[in-house]
Amino acid sequence: MRRREFLTIPATALGGTLLYTLAGEPFRLQAQDGKVKVPLRFFTEAEAKQAQAICALIFPSDASGPGATEAGVVIYIDRQLAGPYGADKYRYTKGPFTNTVPEHGYQGKENPRQVYRQGLQSLGNFAALPAAEQVKKLESIEKTHFFQMVRTHTIEGMFADPMHGGNAGLIGWQMIGFPGPQMSYREEIDRHRGQPYRPKPASLEQIMHRKPALMEDEKS
Amino acid sequence: MTNLKPVDVAIIGGGWSGLAMAKEITTRSGLNVVVLERGMPRKTSDYALGMDELDYAHRLRMMQNIADETITHRHSVRDVAAPVRQYGSFLPGTGVGGAGEHWNGAAFRFMPEMFTLRSHMNRKHGAAKLPADLDVQDWGVTYDELEPYYWYSEQMMGVSGKAGNLRGKILPGGNPFEAPRQNEYPTPPLKNSQAMDLFEAAAKRLGHHPYTSPAANLSQTYTNPDGVTRPACAYCGFCERFGCMVGAKSQPSNTLLPVLQRQKNFELRTGSWVRKIVHKDGRATGVQYVGANGEEFFQPAGLVVLASFTLNNVRLLALSKIGTQYDPSTRKGTLGRYLTHQVDSATRVFMDKPLNLFMGSGALAMRLPDFDGDRGLKPEEGLLRFGMLFMLAPGSRPIANFAALPQGAAPKNWGPEWKKAALQWADRVITIGLAGEHLSYRGNFMDLDPTYTDKFGDPLLRFTLNWTEHEHKQRDFAAKLAVPLGRAMGGKTDEYRNPRANYNVINYQTTHVQGGTSMGASPDMSVVNRYSQHWNMSNLFVIGASTFPQNPSHNPTLTVLAHTYFAADALIKRYLKNPGKLA
Ligand SMILES: Cc1cc2nc3c(=O)[nH]c(=O)nc-3n(C[C@H](O)[C@H](O)[C@H](O)COP(=O)(O)OP(=O)(O)OC[C@H]3O[C@@H](n4cnc5c(N)ncnc54)[C@H](O)[C@@H]3O)c2cc1C
Ligand code: SF4
Repeated sequence: MRRREFLTIPATALGGTLLYTLAGEPFRLQAQDGKVKVPLRFFTEAEAKQAQAICALIFPSDASGPGATEAGVVIYIDRQLAGPYGADKYRYTKGPFTNTVPEHGYQGKENPRQVYRQGLQSLGNFAALPAAEQVKKLESIEKTHFFQMVRTHTIEGMFADPMHGGNAGLIGWQMIGFPGPQMSYREEIDRHRGQPYRPKPASLEQIMHRKPALMEDEKS
Repeated sequence: MTNLKPVDVAIIGGGWSGLAMAKEITTRSGLNVVVLERGMPRKTSDYALGMDELDYAHRLRMMQNIADETITHRHSVRDVAAPVRQYGSFLPGTGVGGAGEHWNGAAFRFMPEMFTLRSHMNRKHGAAKLPADLDVQDWGVTYDELEPYYWYSEQMMGVSGKAGNLRGKILPGGNPFEAPRQNEYPTPPLKNSQAMDLFEAAAKRLGHHPYTSPAANLSQTYTNPDGVTRPACAYCGFCERFGCMVGAKSQPSNTLLPVLQRQKNFELRTGSWVRKIVHKDGRATGVQYVGANGEEFFQPAGLVVLASFTLNNVRLLALSKIGTQYDPSTRKGTLGRYLTHQVDSATRVFMDKPLNLFMGSGALAMRLPDFDGDRGLKPEEGLLRFGMLFMLAPGSRPIANFAALPQGAAPKNWGPEWKKAALQWADRVITIGLAGEHLSYRGNFMDLDPTYTDKFGDPLLRFTLNWTEHEHKQRDFAAKLAVPLGRAMGGKTDEYRNPRANYNVINYQTTHVQGGTSMGASPDMSVVNRYSQHWNMSNLFVIGASTFPQNPSHNPTLTVLAHTYFAADALIKRYLKNPGKLA
């Protein structure tokens, strides 16, 4: 059994209360202070911090709105890696593994868990570097399978339904004006011409009052 | 291996084609039918909690798990094939309903000339002027013969749309260039989205004839001739790659299954992975499959229908050693010949206002029929055939559509500038796509891979496939049409570049993969006759887009169904009375 690992995040960072104006300007109200301890399923605490630092550079928190840290992207990634996807249960992994043309996509043996572990390790003590150094380092690995995977996962963690661990407080959806999985636009589809239509976003669980079984929770 | 009790008919695959055939046979004859489907059972209520982009659209919850079975690909016979390790250019379905559960619902008829394309092109260009490696063929069946079966399929689904040509009369609102229809669509067209209105107005200003795509997503409550009632589409936008939770999108599970479940002579055996069609002395004797618990069975059957989608239709015939493998160097053999996909392209139009793109429906789209087939093509384009431009309004989802940026909007594809630009352009990007005809060529084909195997150790299917200059020119012409359209819509487009790239298995295009068991007028050019009956084995029928000797611009499924019903009619009315060759 692995040691229980936690990621500690200040409550103000995770979600907070985010409001969204029709003009598309997000702004955040300060949440009360305190710390949230999130149990990790795959990462060690050090790895989670490292991954969080990378995600925060990919999708930063800045004047244009909150980012990967507030959305809890690293929690999303941790759950994906711990589940069957992380163990490559949805990829053809029979050999021989060959070097082929780029049109054939990723052909490596390593599964997402291994890609992350090796990728994070190769960055040394990334989280401790000064910001400018971090950016430079990421620029130097931009083309790697590891970096592209983290980038894809960051977008997923920003905009997937919050039941997957990211998009905390629906901040990703609020920033882009996505209302969530609404049941019907039958009355709206041919209206709102020239106008943004922005109903208050809701998650699947808020809409259906039930939560589906998630793929990341399946046996891996 | 356990020997089971014989059945009259064994159908391999429980998708649109397999279940449509099962319904005809069980309701119109006394025969007992078993459908062997490798995936799991499905019903509409399964989809109630399915509006989750991540699990369904990205982790592909409804598709066949590629870890179990995939294909390999190489660009030419000189290359070594590599397996497609993660899904990309197309997405095979599994489970009851097959890909028909998570399809978009675009429900087109083909143009009449598609069924006689070789003769048509010979007439138009002169046989001597056509490229030597062009492989297109006539199907041995005509549009007029299929018309009633198209209508039967449209009624079953309740296809929404507007006739453009009703018994020769040109009507406003539809496709004025379509072949004559004998009946108006069962339900009126879907409502247009805002972006579609912009596209339609711009296209009309430029002198084109845009129209709202026919869709198997119901525009109003509809009861089909079998008495199955379904509600109107809610434009929820969780359609392609999802099952419809209200049943508005026609899926085998909400149209055919309700009828089949009442039939005592019907059995659906899920979790049944067919490995081989067993045959003796030129007759199929049954099917060998692995059941859900791993046990191996032999199901004897008087008649076998292969309906397992293009990939496994070809692979199972090859694994069962039925027919002769095509060899591109000699052009001998027919199995695996005429592999086509679809020619796609995308011109993105950047608009200055948000468009509420999250509303939409799988097949909701405007189509531009003005250059379909070879209509309106000038010699200087250097094209034999083209296709249709379209603007789809399927409901834009946040992960897939994030950060569609104009060229040069950010220095790199991550970091603060990128984020800012991505937020700025969110909900403002319209894509004008191409559904281009993909002609068949001598060098594009399928056979068994010598190296890689599926979860049972059976050889995978291998694609040898690449684009030719004709397809690059189709994309050039698409951009030539789409860029002015985008401007006329009031948007900006990127500078057009065509890298003339090789076929890649990474980017999703369509799941319109055709050929391999092609239909034709003679056994030396085709695998099945006009009734989808195997030329060499009269008690074996092969149905699905594997029988198409080329890819038409239009989506395949309605034609797959029309052929299935055409075959079913001949099977029930003629074959059962007098088993033997139908052609
Ligand atoms: C995302 C997506 C969108 C699409 N959109 C459109 C559209 O808008 N319009 C359109 O016309 N078409 C569309 N298509 C294509 C359409 O889904 C197919 O043309 C249609 O489903 C084909 O029906 P079929 O019965 O031939 O094959 P399928 O629906 O693929 O069914 C074949 C069945 O056979 C089973 N099977 C395969 N091998 C075996 C085996 N060895 N043993 C047992 N069972 C087996 C499979 O599990 C599957 O259930 C789309 C496809 C996808 C994936
Ligand atoms: S868009 Fe319409 S047809 Fe498609 S899933 Fe939603 S309600 Fe069903």
